[in-house]
Amino acid sequence: MSGNSTYQPQSKVLQWFEKRLPIGGLMHSSFVAYPTPRNLNYWWTFGGILSFMLGVQIITGIVLAMHYTPHVDLAFKSVETIMRDVNFGWLIRYSHAYGASMFFFAVYIHMFRGLYYGSYKEPREVLWILGVIIYLLMMATGFMGYVLVWGQMSFWAATVITNLFSAIPGIGETLVAWLWGGYAVGNPTLNRFFSLHYLLPFVIAGVVILHVWALHVCGQNNPAGIEPKSDKDSVPFTPFATSKDAFGIACFLILYAWFVFYIPGYLLNGDNYIPANPSVTPAEIVPEWYYLPFYAILRSIPNKLMGVMALFGSIGILAFLPWLDTSRVRSARYRPVFRQFFWLFVIACIGLGWLGTKPPEGVYVVLSRLLTFYYFAFFIIVLPLLGIFEKTKPLPNSISESVLGAKA
Amino acid sequence: MTTVSSAEHTRRDFLYIATAAVGAVGAAAVLVPLVAQMNPDASTIAAGAPIEVDLAPIADGQIIKVFWRSKPIFISHRSKAEIAAAQKVALNELPDPEPDADRVKQGHDQWLVVIGICTHLGCIPLAHQGEYDGWFCPCHGSQYDTAGRIRKGPAPKNLPLPPYKFVSDTKIQIG
Ligand code: HEM
Ligand code: FES
Repeated sequence: MSGNSTYQPQSKVLQWFEKRLPIGGLMHSSFVAYPTPRNLNYWWTFGGILSFMLGVQIITGIVLAMHYTPHVDLAFKSVETIMRDVNFGWLIRYSHAYGASMFFFAVYIHMFRGLYYGSYKEPREVLWILGVIIYLLMMATGFMGYVLVWGQMSFWAATVITNLFSAIPGIGETLVAWLWGGYAVGNPTLNRFFSLHYLLPFVIAGVVILHVWALHVCGQNNPAGIEPKSDKDSVPFTPFATSKDAFGIACFLILYAWFVFYIPGYLLNGDNYIPANPSVTPAEIVPEWYYLPFYAILRSIPNKLMGVMALFGSIGILAFLPWLDTSRVRSARYRPVFRQFFWLFVIACIGLGWLGTKPPEGVYVVLSRLLTFYYFAFFIIVLPLLGIFEKTKPLPNSISESVLGAKA
Repeated sequence: MTTVSSAEHTRRDFLYIATAAVGAVGAAAVLVPLVAQMNPDASTIAAGAPIEVDLAPIADGQIIKVFWRSKPIFISHRSKAEIAAAQKVALNELPDPEPDADRVKQGHDQWLVVIGICTHLGCIPLAHQGEYDGWFCPCHGSQYDTAGRIRKGPAPKNLPLPPYKFVSDTKIQIG
């Protein structure tokens, strides 16, 4: 992680240590002296919020794992024990369950921020792709965590999601039996999901380090979408970004705490308070809200293989975004046409999420197909063409000019 | 480090290739147990031994559910009307064409035995529901007829037939 640090510890002991392992200098150049663009707005605090939430999930998760039993006969009971008997167990479980939701909420804002301000464009392609990898890992982690509760929704979500792989021609069925470790979702499945649910957050933490490293190599993008040119364009990370991030986290925590303490049942599915029953599928299967748009895409296509391909394609296409968007101008501030398509895209994603909760019939199917079409068209048709045809607004000469006006 | 490249094969080239080859074989050999341990274990396979089901108590028109290899098996005692409905469908109307005769054992038209797992994404369809009065899957709306064949919805295939045989007129062995 680069920066222009001239870190020199005061104390002799730290100097001795720094000579042998210059970790203080690394921290200082990454999180103290590191220059950040002076025009960052609050949408830039979500990176900090996400790092914080990863910490929350790991701490609450490790505590839950101390009381949880990954066995088909005991898992559901142990979660109820956590809720009723373990001291503050209810708080820890709700914090973890809502932590996941808040984590996804933050990551969606973080991603839409990147999309709006063109943060994925040269030279930040690798940074963006690392983000897509983190997002994929989060989806896998959240899914496996949800299965651990071993309620009806857990069981049937596990069945439906693992069966997605059965669509692969030829090896599908074998692959699914291998994932299950049996002939259906069962104890071996629960055990391995627990093992992986414990592991993946630490893999995420590792990729987050790469993500931040890549960020500190290229520097942050900013609302103007132009690179800092002089010292006037940036301010040091500490105290400016640190305090802004801290304020962002505090506001975010208020919302999080409101969910945990005032409406703890709001996002939890009632069917998941029924222990898993392999012989009865619940009348309505709905995934957690953060998967709903993709679920709607899956259901909008009447063919199994195509549906599954659309589902994975809708996530995979994000990795190609840096090359699909042909415009050299980063920020949507200076791209009037892109801005409109962007907001349509946001509406399409939210609309797909809403459709994911509706039964797949009648007008809902038609709407899902329309929005699925727009979802893909945005990447494959709109973005490549806009770069060629859009007339962008003139860019400011520098970041400080964009904040202070031409007088700077 | 400087490397001297020569057009001729040297003993050093041989050592490099041999080392890499041994390494690759070793890595592949290590992968075998790591991958294989994920497959169904011996006890799971043993628990999947054949089961016998007595058909006598199943009433005309009734569908029961038994478990074999942790999969639900539907055993349908089909009524005359259900058999007729299944037999008269033209094959070209079916997404996964299979005549009714291939779905049952010869001479046992009234008994349909299928694995009760929707071929879309694995939910358990509900019996005697849907437009074809066979099965209806609540998950994404697939509809099956009285021969367990897919008629409508996202599922690509008919409900699969488990391996089974009649040990007597009123008893089958599944597996
Ligand atoms: C990326 C971070 C993580 C995410 C997104 C995540 C997500 C989830 C979700 C959605 C649930 C189901 C909650 C419910 O409905 O009750 C869950 C449960 C669980 N998680 Fe995590 N988790 C994360 C990290 C961890 C870690 C690091 C551990 C352990 C070291 C852990 C241990 C558990 C346990 C034991 C359960 C089952 C008990 C329960 O349902 O509360 N999690 N997780
Ligand atoms: S699982 Fe039956 S329709 Fe999708």
